[in-house]
Amino acid sequence: MKFNCKKTLLAIAVSMGLGATFTANAGNEVVIGDIDDMSGLYADVIGQGGIEAVKMAISDFGPTVLGKKIVFLSADHQNKPDVGSSKFREWADKNELNMLLGGSNTGVSLAMAKVAGEKKVPFIAVGAAGSSLTNQDCNAYIVHYSYDTTSLANGTASVITKEGGKSWYFLTADYAFGTQLQDAATKVVNANGGKSLGAVRVPLSASDFSSFLLQAQGSKAQVLGLANAGNDFTNSLKAANEFGITKTMKPAALLAFISDIHSLGLQTAQGLYLTTGWYWDLNADTRAFGKRYFEKMRKEPTMNQAAYYSATLAYLNAVKAAKTTDSDKVMEELHKLKINDMFVKGGYIRADGVMIHDMYVMQVKSPQDSQYPWDYYKVVKRMPGEEAFGPLSDSTCPLVKKK
Amino acid sequence: MTELFGFPIPVILGQLLLGLVNGCFYAMLSLGLAVIFGLLGVVNFAHGAFYMLGAYGTWALMNFLGIGYWGALVLSPLCVGLLGITLERTMLKRLAQVDPLYGLLLTFGLSLIAEGFIREAFGASGQTYPVPELLQGALNVGFMILPIYRVWVIVASLMVCMITWFVIERTRLGSTLRAATENPQLVQAFGINVPLMVSLTYAAGVGLAAFAGVLSAPIIQVSPLMGSSLVIVVFAVVVIGGMGSIMGAILSGLMLGVIEGFTKVLYPEASNIVVFVIMAIVLCWRPNGLFGKG
Repeated sequence: MKFNCKKTLLAIAVSMGLGATFTANAGNEVVIGDIDDMSGLYADVIGQGGIEAVKMAISDFGPTVLGKKIVFLSADHQNKPDVGSSKFREWADKNELNMLLGGSNTGVSLAMAKVAGEKKVPFIAVGAAGSSLTNQDCNAYIVHYSYDTTSLANGTASVITKEGGKSWYFLTADYAFGTQLQDAATKVVNANGGKSLGAVRVPLSASDFSSFLLQAQGSKAQVLGLANAGNDFTNSLKAANEFGITKTMKPAALLAFISDIHSLGLQTAQGLYLTTGWYWDLNADTRAFGKRYFEKMRKEPTMNQAAYYSATLAYLNAVKAAKTTDSDKVMEELHKLKINDMFVKGGYIRADGVMIHDMYVMQVKSPQDSQYPWDYYKVVKRMPGEEAFGPLSDSTCPLVKKK
Repeated sequence: MTELFGFPIPVILGQLLLGLVNGCFYAMLSLGLAVIFGLLGVVNFAHGAFYMLGAYGTWALMNFLGIGYWGALVLSPLCVGLLGITLERTMLKRLAQVDPLYGLLLTFGLSLIAEGFIREAFGASGQTYPVPELLQGALNVGFMILPIYRVWVIVASLMVCMITWFVIERTRLGSTLRAATENPQLVQAFGINVPLMVSLTYAAGVGLAAFAGVLSAPIIQVSPLMGSSLVIVVFAVVVIGGMGSIMGAILSGLMLGVIEGFTKVLYPEASNIVVFVIMAIVLCWRPNGLFGKG
């Protein structure tokens, strides 16, 4: 029995080694990777839908670039920074990875961003919100594509504070993402004449939020800032409704996706303000993409799934323009590129790595206002990219200071 | 007068009550684990998955068959119990004679399969289940607004815990069951169908998990991972109570729920590890757990 086990393990190890040798390319492939949460609390934000979006982008671009076949790899980081970064390293070393798309989780993306700098592989962070990726943790190979904590805060927090929600209390996911989001929102609240009365830091994937919410209620703040995401966000909003907290405090979603709103239902989510970089029902282009995606996945894409599509196309266009997959040259082209597709109009990548594009503050519709399936948001405000992401002079990224 | 550890008394009372609600879930889940371990010697790592399936069963009964909460309260644990019998008969039974580690690995694998299957079928963000009409609304208990549904959770779970304890410790059926685990051959010689009893016990244990799942469906998002984030804590609760001790599981479940509740106020960042810290202390001091036998 034991001998058999050993034999099997050996066989697996050998076949894995062989697998790696077979997949290594001799420069006649362009390899795009995707490392994301495929099985955890953020799996619906990008996950399988992201994989589908990348496949759509590759087939829209054409199966080849510079005459080379486009190969796509994906892996689950299980929300563990070490798993994400070691997979990235492995692909860079063995599979000659040309570009990595980073899925959800700021913690994992920060770890992978370091590897990108080390291995000189372009890293397009989509799911991570933490703006430190383009500030103190930046390097020349990072592009931050979909949104960041600054733009999220500039949306929701500024609209609510201007509407009279002057005192805030935060429910914060206790890791890099939550704390950065809270800091960014606090800055915006203060700048608009409001103040933060405090915060409670909640461990990721807590099973019950009611006692944290009671603490928030005890603060007597007007606004409940939810600096969390995924199931943590849906569970905390659900409990806030159950305990009648939403009657005295206005909930503010600092990061919510259409998948969250869909799973919560409009009855619970109605009236909520949130900030998004994209919505399927904005214009004819977004609706057309939504329709194609829906046919495959039976749901509308989140902003990050749409961003996966757009980021893949942007990278491939940069390769085409650079006429090489050489990382430095492709990065140079990426920074020159004007990005125009269904995700963004006139988008561009700034020196610090932020992709500047319009952001939207949305309000969730009531069940009565929702006319058709997935008709969830109404646009409250369209923020031009420069307003959403703040001036380049605010960036602490050393790449900016050099210039 | 109105403060304790620098916190107003109403805040402390509110947290105590919420801790008790969470403690009820811990108690029900650890009770099922303790029954299964105590009587079958199986470390049932799939317990969280059965809890999750109980909640999904509730949601599915409503969405696909139009059966509401009260029907689900009976039907969902029953269905999950039947699934439990099937797994026990076809797989777990074969591992009865080998190291308990194999049972642990099998049940861990099964829970991964269940989670993966549900995620593929219904997505990771989960489903919303409404609070049943009869239990909607909230009571103003002076120091906090208490949703009626949470009161129901306390009542229902304490009832179920007490009934389980009574059946195992105080009835003839329970004593036969305990005898069958001590010496199956002898009990079988008396004409009692021991394998059937073992199957039913496993079914009852996982049924308890499913019952907890039904109770939780209206208050948290019914999601594939709801069980796995809870099961590790519940294992710690069982270890603290003493592996296999029925009353130990119930009492330590409630107690740890309350302690965790206080931690959420005093030092929220530590609320997800406090149970494990207590486990480590208990194991150093009483390796058999607080209520475990010598």
